[in-house]
Amino acid sequence: MIATAGLAALWFAAALAVLQLFSGFLALRQPDNPLTPVVRPLAMAQAGLVAFAFICLIIVFAQTDLSVALVAANSHSAKPMLYKVAGAWGNHEGSMLLWVTIMALAGGFVALLEKRLPEPTLLATLGAQAFVSLGFYAFLLLASNPFARLDPVPAEGNGLNPLLQDPGLAFHPPTLYVGYVGLSVAFSFAVGALLTREVSPNFARAMRPWVLGAWIFLTLGITAGSYWAYYELGWGGWWFWDPVENASLMPWLAATALLHSVSVLASRNALRAWTVMLGVVAFAMSMVGTFLVRSGVLTSVHAFAVDPTKGTFILALLAINIGAAFIIFALRAGTVSEGQRFAIVSRESALVFNNVMLSAVLGIVLLGTLYPLVAEAMGAQVSVGPPYFNPATAVFVVPMLVVMGIGPLLRWRRDKLGRIKHLLLLPALVLVGVAIWLGLRGVHLMPLLGIALGTMLLMVALVPLKGRRLRTVTLPLWGMVVAHFGIGVALLGIACDSAFSTEKLVAARVGETVSVGPWLVRLGRIEPITGPNWTALEAKLNASYGGGATSELKPQARSFWTPVQQTNESAILTRWNGQLYTVLGEEAEDGRWQLRLWWKPFVTLIWLGGALVALGGALALLGRVLSDLRRFIAIDKIAYRRKQQGRL
Amino acid sequence: MASAPAPSRWALWLPLAFFAGFTALVLFAMLRPADRAVKSAMIGRPLPQFSLLAATPAQPGLASADLATGKPHLLNIFASWCVPCAVEAPQLRALKDRGIDVVGVAIRDKPEDLARFFARNGNPFSRVGRDDVSAIQFALGSSGVPESFVIDGQGVIRYQHIGDIRADQVELIAQKMAEAAR
Repeated sequence: MIATAGLAALWFAAALAVLQLFSGFLALRQPDNPLTPVVRPLAMAQAGLVAFAFICLIIVFAQTDLSVALVAANSHSAKPMLYKVAGAWGNHEGSMLLWVTIMALAGGFVALLEKRLPEPTLLATLGAQAFVSLGFYAFLLLASNPFARLDPVPAEGNGLNPLLQDPGLAFHPPTLYVGYVGLSVAFSFAVGALLTREVSPNFARAMRPWVLGAWIFLTLGITAGSYWAYYELGWGGWWFWDPVENASLMPWLAATALLHSVSVLASRNALRAWTVMLGVVAFAMSMVGTFLVRSGVLTSVHAFAVDPTKGTFILALLAINIGAAFIIFALRAGTVSEGQRFAIVSRESALVFNNVMLSAVLGIVLLGTLYPLVAEAMGAQVSVGPPYFNPATAVFVVPMLVVMGIGPLLRWRRDKLGRIKHLLLLPALVLVGVAIWLGLRGVHLMPLLGIALGTMLLMVALVPLKGRRLRTVTLPLWGMVVAHFGIGVALLGIACDSAFSTEKLVAARVGETVSVGPWLVRLGRIEPITGPNWTALEAKLNASYGGGATSELKPQARSFWTPVQQTNESAILTRWNGQLYTVLGEEAEDGRWQLRLWWKPFVTLIWLGGALVALGGALALLGRVLSDLRRFIAIDKIAYRRKQQGRL
Repeated sequence: MASAPAPSRWALWLPLAFFAGFTALVLFAMLRPADRAVKSAMIGRPLPQFSLLAATPAQPGLASADLATGKPHLLNIFASWCVPCAVEAPQLRALKDRGIDVVGVAIRDKPEDLARFFARNGNPFSRVGRDDVSAIQFALGSSGVPESFVIDGQGVIRYQHIGDIRADQVELIAQKMAEAAR
């Protein structure tokens, strides 16, 4: 019953989307046709219907309604409630419904709240949004129906992939989805603005909160995904340049560039065509990412989400949406003037530089990710690894970070470097000092550069606050300062990890003590333990830092039964200045045990930095939304007073 | 006053052109036949002359003369930084356990990284040579890592396997080694 209602709501919503598409674009030709006033309500009604369908899916999962095929395939009556509910989107069909839900809710909010844009632009935006959604409705209803029934009803469900039974992973995919879908709203705005030739600061201000929101979620998703790979895979690394990781990094790079160019457009009415193109590119990258993950055209270490037929469908959607948008761009962007001009030394120039560098990094990552395909097309198979990505991206990231420090100190339009010289003197001295100090201690070039630059960024990021009363600093400015500071923190973490990590791989007897960095680790004992669907050997390690009090770590070597799989559960001890990372390996023939131990000074800064960057985004978003609300209220008040005065 | 000039008309079609290229590429990748066998131009030719220094202090390096011993060898091109190479390691160990002599060429690698790689994945190699500029890799007509060559007792290349050796391909490699011994 509930499943049927959910499916009916979905079909209704799809029908409304057809109507929204049709009436939205009709309004462009005949603004006063009778369908024009219904476009906004259509978007809101659609949001309501799809949200209802999603709630239905959660209910059937919470009740473990096994007559629904999806529930039977992915759930089990004995699962904890959290995983039952998370199971609703922990599979292909459910995650597509989640995608459509977020998209419809976003469309509904745009229809409800957006008052800045000229009406035709908004209607074209909603029309474009309906066009993109329709593709996903078709995918959902025709190729991956989440409410399909099962007859006969099975007695029990199949459970969920054990690797995915992790609280972090229950929320990792939805976080990235919110980011991807947020970029779809930016995409619709870009198409709407192109169609109505309304690429203006108002368009930028309307689009900015969506870009910001998407960017915050992408930042969180990537940070969380990186930490997950770090502790779950047991390889001690935090980034592997794996195609799936690159798939989430590319939209982030495009969104970061878009975020900055949107600010230029909003404040200075410059970079118009470029911003619109980035709006299309950012969403294109999200869809390319989804496609690469699902289709399996690239071999990846996380290949558990692969399904080639679904990949074909996503490729078709990608080709239609992005191809159409780029054709509109090519036809229309020539009529969009570039807007206000600016001097070489100005904040605009710094932001343009940042955009060019981000685009270059995006190009390098895209090239490296796709290169195995190119090579294969020519009849060879290759694997592209860190020796390509690390130096190639560093060439662009290093100058970009230097300009990231200087840019916010510059004035709009035209400035002189001489004016800010005194602000940069101390950070520059620190940069050189740290570099020399590390160089004398024999640190390699890249980590040395990273630590020196990171230290400098921590200082420079705070300079925009200098001379201001902190209580009067606006939220968006706080946001920028916090986010830039976070980049410095993350960079320090990355560089410290590669400069100072020590690794020990030993075969130890029970009772033996091993030293790694400042730690003394004693292998206490090894004992077998059992879990719900696995057995494991667990080592008890007693670790003491510099001979102080000991703490216990329990790394495990786990064997799952269904499917048969060996995993190493690492055990990690976190101190303020780093992490001790331990993995239990195999037993050697002479009764000794393989132990892998890492001491990673300040590695936690990587994810702390990521979280700070997201926090900065959240502050900026809060500031923008609050000031918008204040403005709307003020406009309403003025209108009300005018009315009152008219009556008097 | 400097500013980007208004983009010319044809430049506006560039994004579409790039996108079309991308679509064509992935379509090709999705439609290609699943045949991964390689017909290399090097098959049937003798190994090029080379002499590589030892990649780790623990093992000897590799020269082409070491391979013309009258017995076939499996030459594996790998790197510690390559994820598929780690995936391939158990298969190489299985081949070694069958009495096959496996020799390695480490591409752009460092001794300490290699030591870690071997500690983690086992070391199936009797000799490992270091190739820091991919010279031998190119001479052999290999374009990436991992890649394996079956070399017969006279030092002639008999078979080339591109990509990692999967568990179900161990038989195939063993068979090629047996053919090379004939």
